[in-house]
This record gives sequence, structure tokens and C-alpha cells, in this order.
Amino acid sequence: MAVNGGQVLALVGENGAGKSTLMNVLGGIHQPSSGEMHLNNEPYAPQNAEDAYNSGVAFIHQELNLFPNLSISENLFINSFPTTKRAGLTLIDRSSTNQKARELLTRVDLKVAPDTRVEDLSTAQQQLVEIAKAMAGKPRIIIFDEPTTALSRHESQALFQLIGDLRSQGIAMIYISHNLGDIMQLADNIAVLRDGTLVSAGPKDQYSMNRLIRDMVGRDLDSYFPARSKKASDQAVWEVRKLKSDRVTNISFKVNECEILGFYGLVGAGRSEMVRAILGLDPVLSGTVRWKDSTYHKFSPAQWIKNGVVYLAEDRREEGLLTGKSIQKNIQLASFPRYLNPLKLVKYAPLDQESKVYADITKINYQNLNRQQVQTLSGGNQQKVVLSRLLMTHPGMLILDEPTKGIDIGARQEIYGLINKLVDQGASAIIISSEIEELLGMCDRIIVMGQGQIYREFSKQEFDKNTILEAALGSGISNMDRGD
Amino acid sequence: MSNPVIFKRLRGQSIVILLALVILVFSLLSPGYFTTQNFLNILLQASGLTIVATGMTFVLLTAGIDLSVGSIMFVAGVISGKLVVGGLSVWLAVPVTLVLGIILGLMNGWFVVRFKIVPFIVTLATFFAGRGLGLLISETRAVNLPDEFLQIGSARILGIPLPVIIMIMVVAVAQLVLDRTVFGRQVYAVGNSQERSVKAGINLNRVLLRVYIICGCCAALGGLVAIAQLGAVSPTFGFQSEFMAIAAAVLGGTSLFGGKGRVFPGTLVGALLIQSIQSGLVIVNADPYLYPLITGTIIFLIVLVDSQRHYRRKQMKGIST
Repeated sequence: MAVNGGQVLALVGENGAGKSTLMNVLGGIHQPSSGEMHLNNEPYAPQNAEDAYNSGVAFIHQELNLFPNLSISENLFINSFPTTKRAGLTLIDRSSTNQKARELLTRVDLKVAPDTRVEDLSTAQQQLVEIAKAMAGKPRIIIFDEPTTALSRHESQALFQLIGDLRSQGIAMIYISHNLGDIMQLADNIAVLRDGTLVSAGPKDQYSMNRLIRDMVGRDLDSYFPARSKKASDQAVWEVRKLKSDRVTNISFKVNECEILGFYGLVGAGRSEMVRAILGLDPVLSGTVRWKDSTYHKFSPAQWIKNGVVYLAEDRREEGLLTGKSIQKNIQLASFPRYLNPLKLVKYAPLDQESKVYADITKINYQNLNRQQVQTLSGGNQQKVVLSRLLMTHPGMLILDEPTKGIDIGARQEIYGLINKLVDQGASAIIISSEIEELLGMCDRIIVMGQGQIYREFSKQEFDKNTILEAALGSGISNMDRGD
Repeated sequence: MSNPVIFKRLRGQSIVILLALVILVFSLLSPGYFTTQNFLNILLQASGLTIVATGMTFVLLTAGIDLSVGSIMFVAGVISGKLVVGGLSVWLAVPVTLVLGIILGLMNGWFVVRFKIVPFIVTLATFFAGRGLGLLISETRAVNLPDEFLQIGSARILGIPLPVIIMIMVVAVAQLVLDRTVFGRQVYAVGNSQERSVKAGINLNRVLLRVYIICGCCAALGGLVAIAQLGAVSPTFGFQSEFMAIAAAVLGGTSLFGGKGRVFPGTLVGALLIQSIQSGLVIVNADPYLYPLITGTIIFLIVLVDSQRHYRRKQMKGIST
């Protein structure tokens, strides 16, 4: 793989295809186990982030590394302020700081006074500050990681124009994105990654939108999705009406009994945010949820658990598991209310027995249930611990956010089987996933989201990987207009 | 969403409005309050607290906390007192005491930086240890100071008491450092996010170490300024001063969550507000048991506003990321 000065190399691939890993190697955060890199015909082997910076490799991360409480120029020079000596004190040279900042801001075409506080800027402007910061290091390569996810269409176009300018200044760029529309517009060359290997690479005109999608997701869909015995009923047990929060608007959908509904979308499409709002983890501005015979206007996790609605968080370490506690403790966590004696004290003996039953149902690979800490388990087994906990509450509704994230194929299949079994027993499920095959294989319907709204809904007959992907990608814009 | 700019402006003034209100109320209650002499007294009595709170502001700006300043004041007072009583000249005892404050601050900072212990715990330990050390040295008796000390405390330059001049100098230098030095700006960056600071190439440990050193040194100096007015170091000297210092900084708009705040006017006005209330209560002959109650209520209200603001900002941040 190569990138030349004054060119844009677009790097595409599904989530987990290995883009981030590759970038971490370029940035010196990880070391390659074999192979070599060259920069300007010299061997390039950064040991850490500073090496990479000094060699002229700059990153624009999706998450900005700015201090909102400081001004633009302070952010640009926080570690390299121009100074003057006055009365024995080394003071910041304000005028020359601002002068230099102004020069950098001109290069990225940001027309704002350099002493403006970063918190008063829009996200797009903040990103320009980040790029200006990269420019200060006189970079030879700039790597953009999903720079447009937080930007509006208009702001993205402005960014592309800037990238065009940088290209004419002879800077090489690597552009990582899910948005194939952007890629086709920007790239000189394209490289496609899948499952950690380079699938194809070449100049842009060799690629059509269809070929890109094929190269990205083109693996065979094996039947590793276990079959379900029962068909989804027509009876809606779950209904969200006109949900609105800070992050999502106009969300309405239904889930039937024995049905699995999938949510697809790009990173930042608002799927997790929607779920968090429904659960009461983020504030809701308006909207209602009907579950079975009751309609709710206010939501809280405790209320949902009590009524048989359970949630599997995307980040199990952060939100789902007490990793330093035993497997047994973790499984029991949500079930205490059902195991109380008349004095409201926990009856541990039956609880312990029950948690063993569920640990075995989910096939957790453990040595000692009540001694072994969860953090000693593999990712797949950790996920099974969370699932055991959810199952033990006998849920009627499962809301699963990326249930197989970072889990190997064998464990995945078992998790799929568990979900299907529950649904066969009369439960319903919502699955959020960034892996389209997972949704195609598991769900009865798929809703595609973007920019905090529902773009389009696909019934099982309409399932087609490319159409769904297109709906979520750049062409989603026109769908959104229609949706309004 | 309420307009954040308007909110900021309102808040920037709220402390000044509060100070004006306090002065107005006490002036109405007692004719002796609204006099030059009384205001000079308030400045004089607030000088020690202001200096300690200035150091505290540095620590709070990095989202840290230093609970040990009261104990450092006490140890500094006891040791300098003992030194002078033992025959050392005041002009030598003062720098020795300041160095002691620096060392104690360095210790706090070192534990925070080297062992990654949360500042609250580290300084809670030095809070107890420092008090204990002071009591040990003083044999739990008050240390009476020679007249030279009191002469410093009551010295005047152009009619302005020396402690007030020292206070003004400390505040001015501190604000200059925060505003105009690389270190100062990095303090704000660190307070905003330690992780981002490291990513931005800031030497995080050096910044943290320095703020605790500054805080220790200010505590020692503030202690000296206070005892120079009192003439003796009682076993309870500096007791609860850490909370007064935190209160002064927070009243002045410094956020406990780091990254926001100023020494001037913020912390200075905060300290003056606390002192104005206390002086006023004395002048109107209020029941001494009411002092902490009233001071506490005001501090609570302001901190409440601060945390509400922070919560709102966090929510808004959640939207933009």
C-alpha cells in the first residue's frame, strides 16, 4: 500500500476490518509484528506517538483533542507557546502567538479571531482548529479518521474543499470513512480492508460504488444463524411513538411478539442514543413507549427491569459488568428482588443454584463460579455472563446493543442461539448492530437510522445487503428528505 | 437551552452583587460598618485567607484539592514561632518557613503524581499528619511570638498595612502566572482533561507537582501573615482553614471540576465576601453560633449553582460529541 504526496488515499472497510489497527501502527501506538514501512524512501518505524509526530505524520481523530476552556491560539500552542522575557519572568508572547495562530487559521480557512474560546465554536470549526494544529507540525502525511461523522453536509463539503487545498500543497492524506459517497468524491486511490487483510487497492476509477460494497462485505453468509421455530406474530407488544431527545428526533416503531427488530446505521447514526433515551439513561424531551398494556411517559432502567425489559449495553466493561467481582455475583445482580425472604433479606442458597443453572445454559466457560473474577474471562464469555444475568430475570423484551462486538465466531453462534431461544419462548428483541450480516441473519425487520432519525424500514422480503448499506451511506440523504 | 453567555455574565456579577448586598445590609444594621477603618480591617483580616485561597485556586484549577493547607499554616506558624523564640532572626525564619511550605506541598504533589493517589486522600493524610506534627512540636501549647512578629503585622506602607500589600502582590503575581505563562495556561488545560493534556504533549506530572508546591508555599505564607496579626499560634490555628480557602475560591467562580476560575477578581472577592460577613456579624453582635450557619448557607448556595452549571454543560457537551 502506498500514498504519494498531493494525493488522497481512501481507506475503507467494515467495522472491525482492521482500519484502526493499521492506523495505530502508522501512528506508533502499536508495533507491527512483521513487515516494514517507508516514509520518503526511508524506513519508518515509530515507537510512540511522538515519533510519528516528529516524522511528520499527523492524525485528525474522530474525537477531537481540544481544550474547550482555552482559546484557539492556546490550543494550537499549548506546548509550544512563543515566549518573551520580561522582568525575569518568561511570559507568553501574546501578539506573536496570535499572529502565528492567524497564519495557521488562514491555511485552514477558518475566519475566527484566534482568541475565541474553543467551546464557542461549532464542531466543524473545532475540527478546523484540530487540522490547524496538525499543520503547525509541518506534516507530510495527514490521516483523517471519520472526520465527517459529526458534521453537517454543508460543513463536510467545506472540509473537502480544504482537503483539496492541502492536496495542492503537496501533502499526502489517508482518509478513513464509512461514507462511500464521500470516498468517491475525495479519493485519488482506494484501499479496501476486510478481516484484517488488504482485499483490493487501486486508483479510484477502477472502483464503482457496487464494487466497493462488494469488496467491503463480500464474505459468504454461512448459516451460522440458528433457525427459529416460531414465526413472529402480528401483535405489537412494544410501540415507541414520536420519541424525541437531544440526539434523536421523530422515532416511531413497533415490535411484535416473538419478533427480532434490527437497527442499522453508521457510527453516530443515533441508534445507541435512541436506546439510551428509551431506557431513561439520557433525558427524553417527548414521546411515549407502550409495553404490553401500559403506556409510559417517563422511563427509568429500574422500571424497565421490573417490567421485564432488559438492556445489554454496547460497552460491557463500562456499563454492564463488575469485572473485579465473581461470575456468580455478576449473574445475580439483577435478580435480587425475586429472592427475598419475608424480612427482605436475600436468600442466597436458591439464588446461587439458579445462577449456576443460567451459567450452564449460556455455556460460560468457567473454572469456579463464585470465586473466579469476570475479568479473567475472554470477551465472549464476559458477554455470556451479561446475557446470563439478563436471562435470569425472565425478560419479555431484550434490547441488545452490539451483542457480539469483539466476540469470536464460535461464541457468536451460541449467543445467537440463546437470543433465538428466548424469542421462541415468546420474548421480543431489538438488536443494534454495525454488522449488516448479523442483522440480516437474525432479524425479521431492519430499520436504518442516520443523523438521529429513522431513514427507512426493510421487511424481511426486502433484505438486501447493498440496498441497506446504500440507505445508511451517502444516499441516505435523499431518503431522509423523503422521510420528512 | 439558556444562553450560556448571559448565564456567565450573570454569574460573574452574582458574587459582586452578593458582596454589595452584604455590605449594604450590615451598613444598615450598624453605623460602624460603613467606615474606611472597618473596610481596612476587613482587608487586613482577609489577607491570610486570600493568600491561602490563591494557592488553593491553582490546585482546584487542575481539578485537584488540597485539604492540608490548614495544617500547613499551623506547622508553619509553630515552627517559625519556635525558631524566632529560639533566637533566629525573623528575616531568616520567614524564608525557612516558606521553604517548609514548599516541601510539604512537594510531598503532596509527589504522592499524587508518583503513586497516582487521588489528591483528596493524599492531602487528607497530610491534613492529619501536619496537625499532629505541629501539636508535637508545640507540645499542644500556644506559641507566643516576640514583638518583632507583631510589628510586621502592624507595619504600614503609605498607610496600607503590610499584610494587605503582601496579599495584593500575591494575587497580582498569581493572576499574571495563570494568564501569561505557559505553565499557567497548561494548568487550565490539565484541569479540562488530563488525558488530552498528555496527548497534547504537556508534561502533566510537572504541572501537577508545581500546583501543589505553589499551594503549600501560599499556605505557609498565609499562615505567617495571619499569625503576624495574632501574636500567638494557638493549637487550633488554621483549623478548618482549608474549607474556608476552598469556599473562597469556589465563591469566586473557580470550578471544583477544574479548568475554570481566576484568582483576580474571583478568589479575592470570594475571600473578601467571607470576611465581610464575619466582620459584619461581629459588629452587629450576632450570636457567634450563627456565624458558621450563615457562612455555610451562602457557600452551599453558590456551590449548588456551580454544580448545576457544570451538569448543564456536561449535557450540552454530550450533544456536540
